[in-house]
Order: sequence, then C-alpha cells, then structure tokens
Amino acid sequence: MIYLDNAATTRQKPQPVIDAVVSAMTTLGNSARGTHEGSLSASRMIYGTREKLATFFNCPRPDHVVFTANSTEALNMAICGLLDPGDHVISTDLEHNSVLRPLYRLEAERSVSLSFVPADRQGRIDYGEFGRLIRPETRAIICTHASNLTGNAVDIGRVGAIAHDHGLIFLVDASQTAGVLPIDMEAQQIDLLCFTGHKSLMGPQGTGGLCLGENVALRPWKVGGTGVQTYNPAQPEQLPTRLEAGTLNGHGIAGLSAALDYIRAVGMETIREKEETLMRRFYEGVSAIPGVTVYGDFTAPRTAVVALNIRDYDSGEVSDALAQDYGIATRPGAHCAPRMHRALGTERQGAVRFSFGWFNTEAEIDVAIRAVKELAE
Amino acid sequence: MRPKTLKLVVTFHTTAAAMAMEAFCKAQNLPGRLIPTPRELTADCGMAWCAPVDAGETLRALADAHHLEYALWQELLV
Repeated sequence: MIYLDNAATTRQKPQPVIDAVVSAMTTLGNSARGTHEGSLSASRMIYGTREKLATFFNCPRPDHVVFTANSTEALNMAICGLLDPGDHVISTDLEHNSVLRPLYRLEAERSVSLSFVPADRQGRIDYGEFGRLIRPETRAIICTHASNLTGNAVDIGRVGAIAHDHGLIFLVDASQTAGVLPIDMEAQQIDLLCFTGHKSLMGPQGTGGLCLGENVALRPWKVGGTGVQTYNPAQPEQLPTRLEAGTLNGHGIAGLSAALDYIRAVGMETIREKEETLMRRFYEGVSAIPGVTVYGDFTAPRTAVVALNIRDYDSGEVSDALAQDYGIATRPGAHCAPRMHRALGTERQGAVRFSFGWFNTEAEIDVAIRAVKELAE
Repeated sequence: MRPKTLKLVVTFHTTAAAMAMEAFCKAQNLPGRLIPTPRELTADCGMAWCAPVDAGETLRALADAHHLEYALWQELLV
C-alpha cells in the first residue's frame, strides 16, 4: 500500500515507538497507584513525557500538560470547561467537527454565541475579521493551526496577539500541526493547546493532550479516581490531576515519549522539509492535469496536504479507484470539515485528500501522480 | 515490622508533584525515596518523599528555590 492518509493518522510509526509500547506493556504498572517499582516506573515515564511535551510546546510547566485520549477529548475538555452562559466565541470556517460540535452544543445548551471568520474559495481567512467580530461579551478565540482539508496554515502568532490585545483566551487546535510546524505557547500567546499524539507526532493512537497556560482555569468535565486525595469528595484542584480522572494510557504515553525523542533526534525542521518537498512534487505533478481541481493556497505556509477533485467525479469513487486499482490510500468525502467544504463549494462532491508523511518516498508520489493522470483521462 | 526511625517526610497534592520532587532530588544527588504516605499525615498524594532528617535544610532551601510544590513537610517516625 502507498499510504497517503497521514492527516488521518501516521500509519507507519518509528520502530522506537513500537519498541517502547511493547516494553511498557511488559513492565509498567498503573501510575499513581502505589510506590512499588511497577507503579513508580509508570509515574516516572508519564512525568518525563510531561516534561518533554512542555519543552516541545514551550508550555510554562510540566504539570500543565494534561493527557487525553485524543484531540477531540482535549478540545471538549477545554471548550466545555472554559465557557459560561452568555459567552461569545470567535472561531473560523477552517475548523474540524471536533471544535465545531462542542461549540454548537454549547450554543444550544448554554446560550454561548458564536461567530466565524469566513474562508474564501481557496480556504484563506482575512485576519482583520477577528478584530471586527469582537464584542464586549467575547471570551475566546478558538481556531485550528491548519485546515485538515486544504492544509492551509493559520498564523497563530498573529491571532494570539489579537486575542491578548483584547483580553481574550486563545485556544489552538494543533491536531494537524503538532510535530511538524513550530508551536510556542509563550511566543504565540496560546492559553490552551490541544494536540493529538498519533498524527505528526508519530505516536500511538489513544494519546493526546491539553497544555494550559499560566492564567487559565478549566472546570473538569470528568471526575473520578486519581490515586490522590482519596477522601476529598471533589476532584482535586491541582493540575494535572484536576483534569485527569481514571487510569492514564501509560502504554501509549510511553510510545509518545519515544516519538518525541525520535522527532528531536531527526529534527522537526528536517521532517517538515521532506514532507513539504513531497507535497510540492505532488502538487506540481497534478495541478496542471486537465480536469483536476486542487483546493487551498499554495503560496503561504501549509501542511503536507493536497485536496483535489477530478472532473465532477464523486470523491468517494475516485478514492476507491485509487485504493483498488493502484493501492493508494487517500481520504475522500467531507473530512469532518463542513464549513470548509461549503466555503470551497465542494459540499456535494467532497474532495480527495492526499496527505504526506515522513516515511513516504518520491517514488510513491510519482505513482500517485500517474494514477491521478490516468483517472482524469 | 521494621523498627521506626525519625525521617523527613514530604507530601504532595499530586503525583506529578511527587515525580517532580524525585526527579529533582535525583538530579541533585540528594538522598531519599518515595514511600506510601504514612497514615499519620493527611493523605493528599498517595506517595511521599522520605529523606534523612539531616538532609532537610538543604532539601528545603533547594525546593523553595526551585518552586517545588508540596503539601506537608515534617519529621516523623516511619
């Protein structure tokens, strides 16, 4: 299989990640459940991973790194734990349903009001629109770092400055960028950062997290066993325990820890440059093919994603032909990005998303270009 | 049971804080280890840092200087 669905998950993981998970499954106990070596080994590994992530994202403190099962859980925790009735939120057309659905839910259940910075037909936003949408009751700006459909990146430093100039909380969905684009919570003035471990970080599925800045507090959305403060009827106040109930995914976090080591050893810039080269090679190869429409802005910073359609063909049929006839894995349909598809005018057709990763090769890209050319003939 | 001796015992609100203390002490080559929190103390975190009493002053100064968070800091027969 030629795997070009890395925006969904990086299927191939570095061998040290696999080894770390296997090792964890044969050695670790449950973190925070005693002081025997099995439990302490898990606690040490988990704390060490908090430290690595805090350094990776320039989060102010390791204990402000909260582990979750994925970005969606982190986003629900952040959005539902932050917003109160009457709050107003500014978001964008680029968002994934993992941001949109929690917001729509709070709009219906807590009278939270929403405004969206619109995207144009190339998926670009006008940054001036954030300032124009701010109202007295605006509480937060919530936006993705990059569209999962077009790959267009958002200048989160610029948005963070707008948010903080107006005293707003800035929440970033880094699902598509953590591990491949630089993220610096302090420099980019990010209050809440939600990430997943299984995409560009190349860790196991079931890992992710929420990093909190110094001056933001969230209500816990789940409560329960923590291994500490047993006789306290309420969830502990202190982070990270306040937002972590139940057994953590120690085995997965061990893999994520190894993935962070791998990225540091290879160099995030090296990874980004390779993915960018592969993405550009594919873009140059397909964009001039008659009948092929490519979406997104290729003149600005972006992730290694190319979304396209061939003539008026159903994107699902194209993706299925790529899989069945060429052994190429892509993602068709709506990509959980309804506002983005409406902005691009692809609501009915969907789009075929090709997303490239560290383990792809130029030879694979060339096979994919030939396949698109043949399907468009 | 083992005979009790006077030790410095430090408790924490979270496991993360206990891990931070252990990592810090190991890095600084300070003596001590994590033990289950003695029942005489309020059991915030299920584990506590146990160290020789004569290491207390050094440990306290370094903990304060590096903003290591703890719940209780006291000498106890354990």
